[in-house]
Amino acid sequence: MKFSENWLRSIADPGCDRATLMQRLTMAGLEVEGVEMMGEGLKGVVVGEIIAAERHPNADKLQVCRVNIGAAEPLQIVCGAPNARVGLKAPVATIGARMPGNGMEIKRAKLRDVESVGMLCSAKELAIADDASGLWELPVDARVGQGIGEFLGLPDASIEIKLTPNRPDCLGLEGLAAEVRALFDLPHASADSKSMAPVSSLTRAVHLHNPADCPRYLGRVIEGIDPAAQTPLWMRERLRRSGLRSISVAVDCSNYVLIEMGQPTHAFDHDQLRGSVEIRRARAGETIKLLDEREVALDEGFLVIADSERPVAVAGVMGGWETRVTDSTRNLFLECAFFAPAAVQGRARKLGLHTDASHRFERGVDPELAHRAMERLSQLIIEIAGGQPGAVIEAVSVGHLPVRPEVTLRRAHLERVLGLRIEDQRVTAILTSLGMQVRATPEGWTARAPSKRFDIEIEEDLIEEVARIHGYDNVPVNIPRGEIALRLEPEALVRTGDVRQALLTRGYSEALHFSFVAAPVLERWNLLEGAVALSNPLNADLGVMRTSLLPGLVDALKHNQSRQQDRVRLFEIGKAFHAGDPPLETPRLAGLVSGAARAEQWAEGDRAVDFFDIKGDLEQVLALAGPGADFAFAPLDEPGFLHGGRSAAVLRDGRQIGLIGCLDPRLARALDVDGDVYVFEVELSAVLQRNVPVAGEVSRYPSVRRDLALVVDQSVPFARIRDRAQGVLGDLLRECFLFDEFVGPSLPAGTRSLAMGLILQDSSRTLTDTDVDSAMQAVVAALGEHTGARLRG
Amino acid sequence: MQELQNQLDTAIADIDRAANLEALDAVRVTWLGKSGLLTEQLKQLGKLSPDERKLRGEQVNQAKERLQSALAARKSVLEDHAYQARMQAERVDVSMPGRNTDRGNLHPITRTLDRIVDIFSRLGYQQADGPEIEDDFHNFEALNFPEHHPARAMHDTFYFPDGRLLRTHTSPVQIRAMVGRTPPIRIIAAGKVYRSDSDQTHTPMFHQVEGLLVDETSSFADLKGTLRQFVNAFFERDFEMRFRPSYFPFTEPSAEVDIRWDRGDGSEPGWLEVLGCGMVHPNVLRACGVDPERYSGFAFGLGVERFAMLRYGVNDLRSFFENDLRFLRQFA
Repeated sequence: MKFSENWLRSIADPGCDRATLMQRLTMAGLEVEGVEMMGEGLKGVVVGEIIAAERHPNADKLQVCRVNIGAAEPLQIVCGAPNARVGLKAPVATIGARMPGNGMEIKRAKLRDVESVGMLCSAKELAIADDASGLWELPVDARVGQGIGEFLGLPDASIEIKLTPNRPDCLGLEGLAAEVRALFDLPHASADSKSMAPVSSLTRAVHLHNPADCPRYLGRVIEGIDPAAQTPLWMRERLRRSGLRSISVAVDCSNYVLIEMGQPTHAFDHDQLRGSVEIRRARAGETIKLLDEREVALDEGFLVIADSERPVAVAGVMGGWETRVTDSTRNLFLECAFFAPAAVQGRARKLGLHTDASHRFERGVDPELAHRAMERLSQLIIEIAGGQPGAVIEAVSVGHLPVRPEVTLRRAHLERVLGLRIEDQRVTAILTSLGMQVRATPEGWTARAPSKRFDIEIEEDLIEEVARIHGYDNVPVNIPRGEIALRLEPEALVRTGDVRQALLTRGYSEALHFSFVAAPVLERWNLLEGAVALSNPLNADLGVMRTSLLPGLVDALKHNQSRQQDRVRLFEIGKAFHAGDPPLETPRLAGLVSGAARAEQWAEGDRAVDFFDIKGDLEQVLALAGPGADFAFAPLDEPGFLHGGRSAAVLRDGRQIGLIGCLDPRLARALDVDGDVYVFEVELSAVLQRNVPVAGEVSRYPSVRRDLALVVDQSVPFARIRDRAQGVLGDLLRECFLFDEFVGPSLPAGTRSLAMGLILQDSSRTLTDTDVDSAMQAVVAALGEHTGARLRG
Repeated sequence: MQELQNQLDTAIADIDRAANLEALDAVRVTWLGKSGLLTEQLKQLGKLSPDERKLRGEQVNQAKERLQSALAARKSVLEDHAYQARMQAERVDVSMPGRNTDRGNLHPITRTLDRIVDIFSRLGYQQADGPEIEDDFHNFEALNFPEHHPARAMHDTFYFPDGRLLRTHTSPVQIRAMVGRTPPIRIIAAGKVYRSDSDQTHTPMFHQVEGLLVDETSSFADLKGTLRQFVNAFFERDFEMRFRPSYFPFTEPSAEVDIRWDRGDGSEPGWLEVLGCGMVHPNVLRACGVDPERYSGFAFGLGVERFAMLRYGVNDLRSFFENDLRFLRQFA
């Protein structure tokens, strides 16, 4: 809601400065969002009339004007404006005035040898409007010599307040003024309800077909207006300062009533209406061409104003094109109605519109305002364009008009909710100042809100009103009392923060991506299946919910590679989404590494990352689950977007919980990233579960180390050998580690040599050489049998 | 006798001259080795008369002891020299970087979220969570947003074909947390929220933290106190704050909270909105099975990005989602 400060003050003047007014409005919940000063520094600028204009002797485009500013002698002013002419009234900046735009002082000057005493001004030069095409043409009745500020009601400010949806009553200056009176303790205004006696006999029948949607509709004919009438400057100015352009007398008057009273109205061309006015639901298949010249299809969901033949307006949204007021309209049919919010809500949006009328009707317009608004609108139009008023035609269904309930406010409840005791008298005064009918009761009060308030229905609504006017600042600042439950944290759950820390120590930075991605991206990764698409994405690049965090991480890699960041390690924790009922949301942990294995440094050689670098990183995270956790890595049957030879499923207790590996080089090329990219992605919940440790006894007997160098087929995984050795040795095997892998011409083709260290220990005695030897023989024999491994000779 | 003394002097001179442990050992062998000069003299004792043997024996043994202690002293000096030399030889340039110093960084949003949640945890708030793909009931209806109500237009909502939506705020977690619980309730919910808006100051996804307290005595004054504590704890500064009446369908009375923020560029400190809050609307309590006659509660919500920007001086909201390492590395 944007309005002229002076206009508001003309209705209710709190007698304080602008800053205080804005502060009080803001602190009452009517947040001032912006303020634009207008017409500051117009001292020395007056209304002048050009009484003579002659061609400048030395310049074709200049004129030498004699300008009457009400002084004994007219001023001689040299002027280059194309519209400077005898009889024109325009602003004159006299000697000593400073131009508000640039601060330039007006001095006596000679322009091409002709003396010029002052300056005739355009609206732009006075920083009042943007028009710089010529002198600002003032109305003929402007009084010569009057200060321009005084003439225009300047200085003024255009104030914009951000109104919350519960306060439609402040979408008009009268409502705002009521708020100002309550805030500043000013007396109530009395509403003027004189009605014009009908002069014209023109009339039109009005029928309410859906009284619940429209319980009140007022119509009136104004007969014989002057189609050539112009909106007066004062009205244009007030509208301009309220953010509205001047369009025509009928529209301007309607807008004026809109801003002044908050009541949307509409003017039809009476002669274009056929038959009676019907307020009814649209019929399926009906269409209407709206004022914005779009033809729209309607259905039974829309309430329309129709004549006997067709819809002529969408109720509370916009008028129709065919019955609009034009340059030749002589007879007006004015509409002033109350449409129920439920009958308007969502309709404008459905038509791709948001209008001043729909904005107000959706939130609620005072159902008792229609008569006064109709009188005001008629009076303004007749004042400006003449014409004769017809009788007001009212169709009303009183039983369908909203009724404000009587709401109880208990003193004790007020105090409990606010944590503040407010004097009874003060509470009564606040509610009364807001126009409520207040009655004292033993427990507190009952109050009935005025018809313009749609938001006072329960006790809390009254509490808010009392608190708002009393001032939130006056509510004390307390610390809540009450018991605090101990926060339980199961030890069997790893904290997500610890997962992050584990990766941080491995040099990973945390990334954060939007949860939606472009469908073609997922398709390229072959991850589109089961993806959930948005109905109304912001754009196609954000069209589907991600099914994996990896496309985002690769995007980030690309972003960084193109900014000279070649060594990239990133991780992200977030949800992946899949179709389901309800849709599945799985928190995941994903990581990506690319570039050198280590940041470039002096101590160790330089090499690119490989599978075992990222596997080590992931294992660092998995280790949070403790030594008993059963994690395994197994080759993938379907590597998908990963490299066929360098990828694995990550398993926990035999169930796949994720993937790890090198990005398929063809995909990497298609995605335009450089070098090998290694990634992993696992279900977060699967890495967060751990066991609470149960300590065993530490053996007091010495351990023995034996190394095995085995030659095995390359297809035999190390894990199988380790598991077999474990199976044979049981508890005797304390540790089994791989310390070398060798492939070379000295070995049979297709084989490799694995060197392993085995640590053996018994918990009840010292192992003898014989014990160890026979155990190792059993291991070698079993490995030979099950894996084809033999000792390297 | 004199001869022994001379020998001793010569030996001690040899010891003192020994430049290293090897030379010193050579001196020891020369005098005290199996066929050393003193050893030989001891061997000769048996040829003397008992009296002479006793006297001579004492003299030679004394000489031997003196020699041994001279050897030990010299050895200690030489060992010390060798130690010092080794220390010199093994000196490293301690200014060279250590190995594997590489450490990553938390995202500033995580860092901020953790910090906010931690503050409320210390006040006894338990963490709660909910889905990001929500239904209309939890995101709007139970929060007292009637269908088609203009308040819904304040949320530019992303919808799915089945009518579900991406939650527009973390407030649905309030509903999920309250249902089935008995007050006192202290809940904090943090997470991603979505609105169909993208410009300099809006991203279609952002983060919110929602707090809820329901108890028999909680009041608007308690809400003011709680948020004052929180803001001061988060920024570690005492701010001028104001609670401004506002409107949210799920709270009443409702307020927006501004802090007096000094941008540090010499301009006049202005009011900056940082939080929305209010007393939980009785309809919401009722929808969650909480008796509004017995209990009252307050709720608040804040934008994490805003807090991160203010705390860490981040000027461009969008930099949080670009994942540029040069930006991220500033947040250890």
